[in-house]
Amino acid sequence: MDKREYQWAWLMVLPVVLVVAFSAIMPLMTVVNYSLQDIFGPDSRFFVGTEWFKEVLRDPALHGALFRQIIFSGAVLLIQIPLGIALALCLPKKGPWVSVSLVLLALPLLVPWNVVGTIWQVFARPDVGLAGVFLNSIGLDYNYTGDAIDAWVTVLIMDVWHWTSLVILLCYAGLQAIPDAFYQAARIDGASRWAVFRYIELPKLKGVLLIAILLRFIFSFRIYAEPFVLTGGGPGNATTFLSQRLTTMAVGQFDLGPAAAFSLIYFLIILLFSYVFYLTILNMDREG
Amino acid sequence: MGSNRRYIFLGLWLVFLMLPIYWLLMMSLKTNQEILSTFSLWPQNLTVDNYVKIFTDATWYPGYINSTLYVVLNVVISLTVALPAAYAFSRYKFLGDKHLFFWLLTNIMAPPAVFLLPFFELYNSVGLYDTHIAVALAHTLFTVPLAVWILEGFMSGVPKEIDETAYLDGYSWPRFFLTIFLPLIRSGVGVTAFFCFMFSWVELLIARTITSTEAKPIAVTMTRTVGASGLDWGLLATAGVLTLVPGALVIWFVRKHIARGFALGRV
Repeated sequence: MDKREYQWAWLMVLPVVLVVAFSAIMPLMTVVNYSLQDIFGPDSRFFVGTEWFKEVLRDPALHGALFRQIIFSGAVLLIQIPLGIALALCLPKKGPWVSVSLVLLALPLLVPWNVVGTIWQVFARPDVGLAGVFLNSIGLDYNYTGDAIDAWVTVLIMDVWHWTSLVILLCYAGLQAIPDAFYQAARIDGASRWAVFRYIELPKLKGVLLIAILLRFIFSFRIYAEPFVLTGGGPGNATTFLSQRLTTMAVGQFDLGPAAAFSLIYFLIILLFSYVFYLTILNMDREG
Repeated sequence: MGSNRRYIFLGLWLVFLMLPIYWLLMMSLKTNQEILSTFSLWPQNLTVDNYVKIFTDATWYPGYINSTLYVVLNVVISLTVALPAAYAFSRYKFLGDKHLFFWLLTNIMAPPAVFLLPFFELYNSVGLYDTHIAVALAHTLFTVPLAVWILEGFMSGVPKEIDETAYLDGYSWPRFFLTIFLPLIRSGVGVTAFFCFMFSWVELLIARTITSTEAKPIAVTMTRTVGASGLDWGLLATAGVLTLVPGALVIWFVRKHIARGFALGRV
């Protein structure tokens, strides 16, 4: 779509910039400050340059957390995106069941994040929780508080439960925007179900899919409250993801400098990934 | 894929989604002893004691009121600032537009852990600590970029000829926007409000950091069920069920808009 050049449009954008800048700029500057200083108290700060950055880049605990984080986010995307597309295709296009399905789908998204952890903490308990008892009764030796792999899988399934709906809702919106004429043309050509998906639906879904991938990547990379309540990061360090490691550093041990330095690196990782995605979206808009 | 198999798959998924929520609901209707000692699919001694406890204890109310207040404030602020901005992004080219849009998105990405202390310092220094408006403002960090993003999608779906005709007919921009344009994207506004509500309602870390008593959110009030004798699971589950109610009500009211809104925009 060709847009008119109009610099006064800045006036319409200004309120957004002011509101967001108010909460965004000062905290970011403060974190940059922390990352370059050694802070003992309000009046005794020393400039340490890139010392903290060097330190955190050598810290094995952080490497471990980062490694688990990348595996976790990768697994989240690999499961939730295809599952979300498949379920969006299963949703009825019209009729009374649309509202019912949408309401039920949206429900997990509206559970406060610590409550999500609380629900699963009991739901997955091997002695009194529905999922735990069921898994043990079919012969699996399942115990998420004792076994690292069980804990990991539980956090992953909890996340799938919690967030797949977002992907479904976004994809459903994308599917609804495809005109009927496309499907009619495909029927006349005798296209198979797979061909319809591959050559009509998937290309039209690209836009919303990128949004879904971006949001899921960002939120899974920042995950904190749910695993914290469910497993407390354990057993051992099995489910300690980046946010939790950082909170321990910043609040628990009061190592503000290194924690800040690492947050900035963390922020840059997310930023870089998102920027690549953003450019992809822009380029596709230009082509399409 | 046959139509029946599709619906079976969808049905199974919905059952999977509902099971943990069913379990929470059942927990809230059981006694603590039953929750922790026996496995039962439904309560053997059905009790509504937990609900009675919360509804008759006035110290539980402020949590719900605070959360509702700051979420509503957040939705109002987000929509007010995001509507004109989304219009600008969807209709005009201006200096730095694409960079500005990406900068907005970067605010969703900042990891909360280390940013909490600066947030505390910021709101403390401007005298907004422990107020509803502070939480609403802090949450605009991620609701506003999302709102702009979603609204821009809906607005781009409205043909530009409508704008041009209105201007030719002598409409001023505010009058055109409020009386013609806004009704056209009503469903989009509904969907956006829903997303803002959702993200503000479930966020806890920031809300907890910049409040202490006056604006304390319900999700934090809940943690006080940890008593000397351990966790009061029944009460915790009941409070949890009650945090779902406002969300469920909101979805119920906007369900038509969501279904219709999804049909219109590309989100």
